[in-house]
Amino acid sequence: MDADWAADLQAVTLTLELAALVTVLLLAGGMPLAWWLARTTSRWKAPLSAVVALPLVLPPTVLGFYLLMLMGPHGIVGQATQALGLGLLPFTFTGLVIASMLYSMPFVVQPLQAAFEAVGARPMEAAATLRAGPWERFVHVALPLARRGIVTAAVLGFAHTVGEFGVVLMIGGNIPGATRVISTQLYNHVEAFEYAAAHRLAALLLLFSFAVLLWVYWRRPHGSASIVAAPDARPRA
Amino acid sequence: MIEASLQLPRGAFTLDVSMALPSQGVSALFGPSGCGKTTLLRCLAGLERAPRGRVVVDGQVWQHGAAFTPPHRRAVGVVFQESSLFEHLDVRRNVAFGWQRLAPAERRISLDDAIAWTGIEPLLERSTHALSGGERQRVAIARALAVSPRLLLMDEPLAALDAARKAEILPAIERLNTLSGIAILYVSHVIAEVARLADHVVLMDAGRVVAAGPVGDLLSRLDLPLPPGEDAGVVLQGAVGALDAPFHLARLDVPGAAFWTRDPGLPLGHRIRLRVLARDVSLSLAAQPGSSIVNQVPATVDSIADDVHPSQVLVRVRAGGSALLARVTRRSAQALALAPGQAVWAMVKSVALLD
Repeated sequence: MDADWAADLQAVTLTLELAALVTVLLLAGGMPLAWWLARTTSRWKAPLSAVVALPLVLPPTVLGFYLLMLMGPHGIVGQATQALGLGLLPFTFTGLVIASMLYSMPFVVQPLQAAFEAVGARPMEAAATLRAGPWERFVHVALPLARRGIVTAAVLGFAHTVGEFGVVLMIGGNIPGATRVISTQLYNHVEAFEYAAAHRLAALLLLFSFAVLLWVYWRRPHGSASIVAAPDARPRA
Repeated sequence: MIEASLQLPRGAFTLDVSMALPSQGVSALFGPSGCGKTTLLRCLAGLERAPRGRVVVDGQVWQHGAAFTPPHRRAVGVVFQESSLFEHLDVRRNVAFGWQRLAPAERRISLDDAIAWTGIEPLLERSTHALSGGERQRVAIARALAVSPRLLLMDEPLAALDAARKAEILPAIERLNTLSGIAILYVSHVIAEVARLADHVVLMDAGRVVAAGPVGDLLSRLDLPLPPGEDAGVVLQGAVGALDAPFHLARLDVPGAAFWTRDPGLPLGHRIRLRVLARDVSLSLAAQPGSSIVNQVPATVDSIADDVHPSQVLVRVRAGGSALLARVTRRSAQALALAPGQAVWAMVKSVALLD
């Protein structure tokens, strides 16, 4: 029982670390991408939006499989990491972080994009005529006006990473302390017929996910059906 | 001096303007909706980049050839049609947004002055969500003033407001120019606003400048696509010349003419601006001593043009330094044998005091 608890706790800690790191990295990388998608009229907008949205419809195993191929010893990425002396990424925490970032990307980029679109061009123009340069406009006008969308993006990205399973199995395996997250630990319990322990983790994930979604829906504007709709998109006077 | 020559292809038309504005007073950019007024204003602000153009404001080159100063490096202030306040900042922070980005030496207008001139002291601690449309627009004006612009651009700032709110803001805009000394370029398609505010008018149509000049000259011209019908009229500038206290009347003197009107309560010598509509002016070959119309002005017919309805003509007459428009029936014009150079009396039934 104690060993069980310790293993579960290790899985929970690892999951939280993974989700936190992925969320931070995705916000940092997703923000310029979402900003560009929100403002561009380029013909590359549609293809890039489709790529960002792919993980929404693909089975996680497909994503995991291609990542395994790419990062494996014969893949381009795998050969590059080996040449750089980094070794191979599959079945490591780093590999899991990279895979999770791709897997959770739409849940971060889409709310960010919606929030930036809701800010609109006018406040940015007003700021430009008030002596604010491009960077100041982004930091002091766009970010504060999009703050609710940014928080939504962070929460959804975190929650979605906590809940991943297929990609983890394909790319990370089941290594305690390195790649064994809550969902794989739960899988182990079920495989071993430890239903009480499985219940514990399953209920934890269920409650966590419900609480997150409830919070997201509570702070969403009325009448909007999409989970990624910008919470800032209220009518402006 | 504010000089601009800009060419910018724009779907339906090509903006192709060349103009020079005085760097004092209020200039109105006037013309029908969709004639390119807003595009021109955006080019002056640097929000839009005309591929070919030159913009020079008080000797500062904002655009010339390939050189283009981005909006945040221009000494320009912009008030948009909708106030575009920053919703995440309270009123005080909105007003200070641009001001705090200026080097102290550039702050020719103090934050306190910008706030006082627009009368927004009572609003400073409020959230922008708690403001009426008129209050929002005054905050937007204060915010633009606080960056000490060389040129303040106003893009139909009253368009989204009801009549009561307009009446609240117009005097504030009038005061601005006197108080701040900043050149104002005011975009509007409403002749009444132009008549009230502008010293200088630039008339635009289909992306081009059709005419430009002092408001008194320009609005009296019969050869321009100015709004016809009820709005035809002239703007005259002068001063209070005499008072008749027992009868509560005041004489408003403009170059070449004087009008007795209801005493507005202004002191002698006070500068005034009058609007005289063509429909309130009739013509007579001789003075009419037995008439209740006291404002009879000797004048000379300058030109005659068709009015909207075929039964009427518009007659422009000169009285000293001022021009008046009169609307008379075509039959009367024929009966009086009106022709350029002819001496007439303009019978003015009413004048509107604008400020």
